[in-house]
Amino acid sequence: MIRYSKEHEWVRLDGTTATIGITDFAQSELGDITFVELPEVGAEFAKDDVLCVVESVKAASDIFAPVSGRVASVNTSLEDAPETVNNSAEDEGWICKIEGVDPADLQDLMDAEAYRAFCKS
Amino acid sequence: MSFVPHTSAERDAMLQAIGVASLDDLFADIPAALHLKRLNMPDGISELEVFECLAAMASRNRRDLTCFLGGGLYDHFIPAAVDSLASRGEFFTAYTPYQPEVAQGTLQAIFEYQSMICRLTGLDAANASLYDGGTALMESVLVAVNSTRRSRVIVSGSVNPLYLRILRSHVRNIDLEIVELPRRIGQPLDRQVLAGLLDESVAAVVVQNPDFFGTVEDFSDVAEMAHAAGALLLASVYPVSLGLLKSPAAMGVDIATGEGQSLGLPLSFGGPYLGFFATRQKHVRKMPGRVVGESVDRHGNRCYVLTLQAREQHIRREKATSNICTNQALCALRATIHLSLLGRNGLREVAEACLRKADYAKRRLSAVKGLRVLNHGPTFNEFVVELPRSADSVVSDLIGRGLVAGLPLGRFYPEAANALLISFTEKLSQARIDSLVTALEESL
Repeated sequence: MIRYSKEHEWVRLDGTTATIGITDFAQSELGDITFVELPEVGAEFAKDDVLCVVESVKAASDIFAPVSGRVASVNTSLEDAPETVNNSAEDEGWICKIEGVDPADLQDLMDAEAYRAFCKS
Repeated sequence: MSFVPHTSAERDAMLQAIGVASLDDLFADIPAALHLKRLNMPDGISELEVFECLAAMASRNRRDLTCFLGGGLYDHFIPAAVDSLASRGEFFTAYTPYQPEVAQGTLQAIFEYQSMICRLTGLDAANASLYDGGTALMESVLVAVNSTRRSRVIVSGSVNPLYLRILRSHVRNIDLEIVELPRRIGQPLDRQVLAGLLDESVAAVVVQNPDFFGTVEDFSDVAEMAHAAGALLLASVYPVSLGLLKSPAAMGVDIATGEGQSLGLPLSFGGPYLGFFATRQKHVRKMPGRVVGESVDRHGNRCYVLTLQAREQHIRREKATSNICTNQALCALRATIHLSLLGRNGLREVAEACLRKADYAKRRLSAVKGLRVLNHGPTFNEFVVELPRSADSVVSDLIGRGLVAGLPLGRFYPEAANALLISFTEKLSQARIDSLVTALEESL
């Protein structure tokens, strides 16, 4: 199941593990991404906490945790190739995986259609 | 663009918008005793009269005395080419670039400066400079705290007392505990006391080399101790001494900072000075200040840019690594020219001269009755002597003989009123050093 937040993060839930990244819309707004400050493996986050920072040529944006949980793994390939987030934001540009997720956390997030409408507004 | 200052009507409108009654109210935080009430000069006098008035005031400062002052700022020789090149209008009148890529010459000069600081310290990256050695040390502490997310810092008792004061001022309103190790003038850092304090709450250990009292040490073992506890080792270092001493990088230091005044800046009764900051690659993204990078334009030509700007205040605001949004460009330029003129060998020669002269002085002073050298172990270009009476009074007496004999330590440490920090640079001939010894012999 994939859901989208108002802060332009996407969440893909498999059981109680969520894969998180920023949306294609977000990457195009940010411009060329120069650095992704990945969260620490093992760190715990509550929903809406600042998870990490994505830096582009024009801004440094906080990325918010769309769900609560503990960071299980991070996409280390982004360390040397942050542009992957631009090229494939919703696939290879995933940022981290969070475990111990309560599916109820996704209830207030948007589905694909709702998110598309949200971006247009 | 015309540089017309705002009218009183515009000023009043701005004051009204922010809800302040008068301009004076904006300065209310400065104690009344420090407000300038009036200038010591009549109104409406001619340029010649102003010049004579100021010259008379300036003549109350002595510039003719043989200087043995140190404690972080030193009277080194500055070749005329430094003044001459740094005075070029293109450099002298430029402000810190806000459209930086247009100012390629400025950026290249800063890039060269950064490269030299990396060579001097052995570390991976340097910034475009900070205000002075004290604020640079403070910034390095903030980086360590930011990096480790710990809230305790252990500082050697032999770090420059003014730098310590700056550090304490800056961290007053954040959750950070500064633990100062007991001071032992002339002795190396007490590793046992440090070991007893090092634990996982410590973000950094801060040392100075040579320390404020002139003692030189190898802090490699302290680096190991700090790293084993997950803390950083921060060192404030004297750049001229790096012409001779083991580099901070070789000792395992994580961030090296220091005062660059000794690299081509005159003493000038208090400034402007130059803070340098160099770090391991690992902490580059937390490094404060401007950073110049080398890149390639769309035609493939080498060019320079301001880089890693997402750390800075104009982008991160309250999450910026520091509130500094400038550098000491002109001072950094002077340091760059000075170092270019010296070269690696020249810097080593200067350092050797300082060491030799201080060593000669130490031997002669050790033989003066009533005077005791307090430093055990190696020193570089300065050391502390204990006098039989107040160091302030001895220094005053010797001014009458044309000498500023040194820095009385009682100014910083009330219990050390008879202690005098004496420093030596390549400028001092043997005759001048002998005159200091004679003057002390006669005065004590």
